[in-house]
Amino acid sequence: MEIKNAIAGTLESGDILIQIAPASESGLHIDLESTVAYQFGAQIKKVITETLTSLGVDTAEVKATDKGALDCTIRARVTAAAVRATGKDVWAD
Amino acid sequence: MNSIKDRAALISEAAARMGKETFKGTADKNTMARTELTAGGAKVTTLEEAIRKAGLKDGMTISFHHHFRGGDKVINMVVAKLAEMGFKNLHLASSSLIDVHEPLIEHIKAGVITKISTSGLRGKLANEISHGIMQEPVIFRSHGGRGSAIANGDLKIDVAFLGASSADPMGNACGYSRSENAKSICGSLGYALPDAQYAKHVIILTDDLVAYPNTPYSISERNVESVVVVDSVGDSSKISSGAIRDTKNPRDILLAKQAAKVIINSGYFKQGFSIQTGSGGASLAAVKYIRQSMIDQGITASFALGGITAHMVKMHEEGLIDRLIDVQSFDKVAAESLKSDPMHQEVSANEYASFDEAGSATHSLDIVILSALEVDVDFNVNVLVGSDGIIRGAIGGHPDTAGDSALSIIVCPLLRGRIPCVVDEVTTHITPGSSVDVVVTEYGIAVNPRRPEIKERLEKAGLNIVDIHSLKDRAKSIIGEAAPLPFGDKVVGIVMNRDGSVMDVIKNITE
Repeated sequence: MEIKNAIAGTLESGDILIQIAPASESGLHIDLESTVAYQFGAQIKKVITETLTSLGVDTAEVKATDKGALDCTIRARVTAAAVRATGKDVWAD
Repeated sequence: MNSIKDRAALISEAAARMGKETFKGTADKNTMARTELTAGGAKVTTLEEAIRKAGLKDGMTISFHHHFRGGDKVINMVVAKLAEMGFKNLHLASSSLIDVHEPLIEHIKAGVITKISTSGLRGKLANEISHGIMQEPVIFRSHGGRGSAIANGDLKIDVAFLGASSADPMGNACGYSRSENAKSICGSLGYALPDAQYAKHVIILTDDLVAYPNTPYSISERNVESVVVVDSVGDSSKISSGAIRDTKNPRDILLAKQAAKVIINSGYFKQGFSIQTGSGGASLAAVKYIRQSMIDQGITASFALGGITAHMVKMHEEGLIDRLIDVQSFDKVAAESLKSDPMHQEVSANEYASFDEAGSATHSLDIVILSALEVDVDFNVNVLVGSDGIIRGAIGGHPDTAGDSALSIIVCPLLRGRIPCVVDEVTTHITPGSSVDVVVTEYGIAVNPRRPEIKERLEKAGLNIVDIHSLKDRAKSIIGEAAPLPFGDKVVGIVMNRDGSVMDVIKNITE
């Protein structure tokens, strides 16, 4: 799927900023910076990967700046960024 | 005959018996006009000279207060001077340390400061210490615990450097100024008073040297050896910041309203009750929401203790709170009130919260509302170390007030971002669960099983009372399972209980 640069979320406490960009190599390359990285880093990356994969995005550079967001917030921000990156509105149907 | 000459032998005999000299006459009187004489003041000197006069040596203990909180300028200024003068291995004993004291990192690395005693640590300094920058562990004490330790000799201070918003050339000093040149105001100097009383040598730093006598004063010239005039001791506008800001956060306001309902229905909300609010947005705001009930029910409080805020001052001026007992003025309004209102009493840390003094104010306290970083299922509270294992707070008066009050209420959200506040076991034990009575969260109120009567009263009032285990489970269900923290084997902090026993230790964090 062709993607362009897209962004969703904020740097507010409890939120996460997701930046998606095209990747030169296939696969999802997630660069995570998180205030809770040590305790929840693996879980956050898992939620980002699952959300993107379910939306058909399997190749992208993802920069995630997390300020302690819950999984539901992460899913929402990743979905919004993916919709903007792909132009495919998952909420339209 | 009985002239003085005739009695000379008897005088000598009396003196010999007492081991004293006989009177040899006095030096000439100084006849200079006293306005000129006192203005020069033998104690007024430069910082460097004052340090020399104090006889400070490597390895000694220096002390400070933190009444200017984020606006403090004294600690950084003095330690920079000590570094410049070549001192090493000093023990820095401050009533607390905060973000603004970040420059201490360099002085620790350079070996100027090798030991620290404080109530708390925040910011980059806390982060470095958590990662093990110091050889010796930091000693953490509550405010009452520090007062006791200074009084009983556990914490011996060689030289105290105490910032004051006014001082006269003799050293009479206080946390405000009545002169037109006033540059700063911090209000109460409560945490500096044990230092002033017990330190071997006291240096007052002031940004407003006023004419003698600077009455009424907090620190008497009797306890002061030197007075140093500096450009600024602190920025008063930064006192009410960080942990003691006035909250606009809707969740804090919700928690504050719930806490107010707990107070009103606790059984302790009656004529002449007394109250304290700790730092943290929700606990500070709680008092706002009991105000209307006090008016409606015609109840007034005998005193508010603290940690005095603008809210407390307002309620005092409205006649709802009879007296204010102030160990630390939390904002400028409180500081101004301390200056102008004789019913607003400054007290020392010992008078405030000493475990071993029956008369300390906390012993007469009905209700305290406190915040927490973490509470566990046994009601133990941590206010010092973050859930990431990094030091990020201060003990403050938490264990003092929780331990001595009739009813202690902890106000905290269930989660802060992804960090749970109700947990299986707190990261660091600060306030023992035996002294914590009620925990208020936005998902329900938990009552310590030791206080069944409180639970009954709150249930009768229709409040949402839940088991603390269910709060812990709820938090876990939202955030998932956290990976264990990467603690190392080095002890970077020792937590003293207020009775002088060792409560807990803090290990270094390796990531």
